[in-house]
Amino acid sequence: MDMALAPETLARWQFGITTVYHFLFVPLTISLAALTAGLQTAWVRTEKEKYLRATKFWGKLFLINIAMGVVTGIVQEFQFGMNWSDYSRFVGDVFGAPLAFEALIAFFFESTFIGLWIFGWDKLPKKIHLACIWMVSIGTLLSAYFILAANSWMQHPVGYRINEEKGRAELTDFWAVLTQNTTLNQVFHSFSAAFLTGGAFMVGIAAFHLMRKKHIPVMRTSLRLGLVTLAVGGMLTAISGDTLGKVMYEQQPMKMAAAEALWDGEEPAPFSVFAYGDVDKGHNKVALEIPGLLSFLAHSDFDSYVPGINDTNKALQEKFGPGDYKPIVPVAYWGFRWMIGFGMASFSLGLLGLWLTRKRFLLPAALRTGEDEVPHLVLLRKPLGVRLTRLYWLLALWTMAFPLIANSWGWIFTEMGRQPWVVYGVMQTRDAVSPGVSQAEVIISMAVFTTLYAILAVIEVRLLAKYVKAGPPELTEADLNPPAKIGGDLRDADKPMAFSY
Amino acid sequence: MELHDVWFVLIAVLWTGYFFLEGFDFGVGVLTKLLARNRAEKRVLINTIGPVWDGNEVWLLTAGGATFAAFPEWYATLFSGFYLPLLVILVCLIVRGVAFEYRVKRPEERWQRNWETAIFWTSLLPAFLWGVAFGNIVHGVKIDRDLEYVGSVWDLLNPYALLGGLVTLTLFTFHGTVFTALKTVGEIRERARTLALRVGLVTAVLALAFLVWTQVDSGDGKSLAALVVAVAALVVALVANQAGREGWSFALSGVTIVAAVAMLFLTLFPNVMPSTLNADWSLTVTNASSSPYTLKIMTWLAAVATPVVLLYQGWTYWVFRKRIGTQHIAEPAH
Ligand code: HDD
Ligand code: HEM
Ligand code: HEM
Repeated sequence: MDMALAPETLARWQFGITTVYHFLFVPLTISLAALTAGLQTAWVRTEKEKYLRATKFWGKLFLINIAMGVVTGIVQEFQFGMNWSDYSRFVGDVFGAPLAFEALIAFFFESTFIGLWIFGWDKLPKKIHLACIWMVSIGTLLSAYFILAANSWMQHPVGYRINEEKGRAELTDFWAVLTQNTTLNQVFHSFSAAFLTGGAFMVGIAAFHLMRKKHIPVMRTSLRLGLVTLAVGGMLTAISGDTLGKVMYEQQPMKMAAAEALWDGEEPAPFSVFAYGDVDKGHNKVALEIPGLLSFLAHSDFDSYVPGINDTNKALQEKFGPGDYKPIVPVAYWGFRWMIGFGMASFSLGLLGLWLTRKRFLLPAALRTGEDEVPHLVLLRKPLGVRLTRLYWLLALWTMAFPLIANSWGWIFTEMGRQPWVVYGVMQTRDAVSPGVSQAEVIISMAVFTTLYAILAVIEVRLLAKYVKAGPPELTEADLNPPAKIGGDLRDADKPMAFSY
Repeated sequence: MELHDVWFVLIAVLWTGYFFLEGFDFGVGVLTKLLARNRAEKRVLINTIGPVWDGNEVWLLTAGGATFAAFPEWYATLFSGFYLPLLVILVCLIVRGVAFEYRVKRPEERWQRNWETAIFWTSLLPAFLWGVAFGNIVHGVKIDRDLEYVGSVWDLLNPYALLGGLVTLTLFTFHGTVFTALKTVGEIRERARTLALRVGLVTAVLALAFLVWTQVDSGDGKSLAALVVAVAALVVALVANQAGREGWSFALSGVTIVAAVAMLFLTLFPNVMPSTLNADWSLTVTNASSSPYTLKIMTWLAAVATPVVLLYQGWTYWVFRKRIGTQHIAEPAH
């Protein structure tokens, strides 16, 4: 059959589309849950109204976002059985457990407490209500942890044996699956990337309002929180990305070679920032390269040998038999660069912003601003002019989505760089698809999901834009007088609910 | 009892939990067209399940994940075999979740009405399709020696399974109606009680037919007992409803669901998905299950986590125990 329409290819496209889409919402959910919880904690502790308004504002954006994360997640839970039945049969014994843990521990937690948080403003005492959003935040982190443990097992299978008689992989050490270094590093890297994403989101929206001199106290606080999150998240992302690269180099040398389009081994190996020509044919011209950096990424020193794609392919053929063990090199090469490039651009914006809006002790007295003034952007001793200030705000706004792009490419690189394996060294992708599902069925489902997701994307982006523009809500009497008893104040039986669908 | 038998029971428990809980919230979704006279009443209905529908849905995700871990072959055959019906269910659950969250986020009447229509259809279709799916699981489908489903989508739409679909649809609607009577005040509560009688009678007839068919097909003594409990509970639920005992009525319609699901799983055991082509090709608790090690870990997980989940989900229902009526629904600030 034509490869382009083979069920394997279609199933891969469907998985790629639906999972990348799911993962557009996940990092924002993870970070906004924690940031909203942090803001609400500030409100409970200080009783300053700006924190409550900030909580309500970011909380609303968080809810619009998590709704999409939740519903697109449902597809993921069943997709392995639908399109990858041979995969499910072969690895279910190992791979199913983290998914079951995720559902039973994390999803219940998240979904129950989010209901309590949304509807609980006038039903729960202040502190219990606050605890609910923290529970949601813990739930998002747990769910990401378990799914990443599952994914790490596909990248680097451990704690299992092959049962020849049953023809499947069987779990022998669950603890190893949960704590192997691939899992821990992936979790660290994905979490920090999530916070980078949320930080950039917060900074972009705060910049939008500050540029218009609106909602200043709330947005000033948000800007600060966003910038710190962005800078810390960005730094941790780079650090964890570096260690993850070393783990990957050890476990999947082909992926590292493909990420660099390094066809033949070199010593020391450089890192090309940019290449042109045809990276796929093995004679790319490197336009700008940093000597020794690839050696460093792989080994922590600047001059050791890094094997190339051809050497690695030969080694893999000797180990696993004849075949082609190369992923699609340009995707790996460019995916790797786009991940780093887009993400680090946001990180730099965050660092710059932190400096420009630095705190009072670094600023001459004349340049300090009050709580209800837009902060000056001060480069050295003088504030930036009107146009440069505006430029910074605009940059922050326009690059809000950069980390989302970086995340998507990071995953595409990780998953496609692993090809032709679905479980590295154990099972190839072409053996994983459902034999009983027809081409027509996959085409139908892919068309349905793609169309539905596109429509939902338009709806959600418009809603976000609407609520972003509206800014933080005014506080009501009820907001400032939370109930003292669980279940709410039962005396005034006909009082309208603080929130209703 | 071996571990894979324990897991057969636990999977049954998860599905029972799902149908009990999401059952009434599907029912409430259907009632938005059947019972509500105006938009305010629709909102009352939607808000009776507002804080809990998401948690209810996770019972399904858990049933899915646990089946994957405990019976990988069952997970693989079931979801690749029932591909298109499952696709419809997934699309419904996606749209339904978004509909609840987004409906109130814009004031325009057209926007809100579209989402309300969505809530009705996306509650009705899965309520029907789950019954079709279970009808097929219990009755058996064309499974070949590789444990793959080899029938077509039309094979799934046989009379027995379609009757099963009607049973779940009406039963969930009934369950939703008595839930509404229990959770609302005012006129809508009275009307819910009147409607419950009618829906309940239709449900009783359909459920009796389906369960007796199942019993004749593949029942034994135990399944007969479950059948009797299911039907008796439904009848008593109706009596309680007439007597204005709303709590009892809801509890008993719940018992009907529990007993009916129990009956289906009892007739299934020790198969998990019988093959109609050759009995040797049926998926059973032995040939579909995971290794003892995995099952042991899963059992620990279930033993520790399930009580905790029940505790905090139960607490949620207690926090939101107050009945609601149109007076509690404020026009939201935009
Ligand atoms: C904002 C997003 C973002 C940013 C700025 C970076 N990454 Fe990343 N990266 C991800 C987001 C991401 C990700 C989407 O979260 C991935 C996919 C799989 C994973 O665990 O994280 C990923 C995967 C990933 C992998 C593949 C792991 C594997 O295949 O197992 C490596 C080697 C790196 N990253 C290395 C880096 C380096 C050296 C970075 C430079 C500073 C970097 N990442 C920045
Ligand atoms: C959420 C972040 C993830 C993204 C964005 C992502 C992305 C992708 C993409 C783009 C593909 C297509 C690869 C190709 O066509 O070559 C793919 C394949 C796949 N991924 Fe992931 N993935 C993610 C996480 C996971 C996780 C956590 C798992 C397992 C739990 C997983 C399991 C798979 C499977 C089974 C395939 C199909 C086989 C294959 O083509 O490799 N993915 N993923
Ligand atoms: C690295 C990849 C993934 C991460 C970090 C992740 C994380 C999350 C998080 C944080 C949520 C909460 C809601 C939201 O997304 O906004 C969520 C929802 C969900 N995810 Fe993913 N996910 C990933 C990929 C997957 C995959 C591959 C599956 C399939 C097994 C999956 C299944 C689900 C499900 C079923 C939900 C809905 C939960 C609910 O109703 O609360 N996710 N995921």
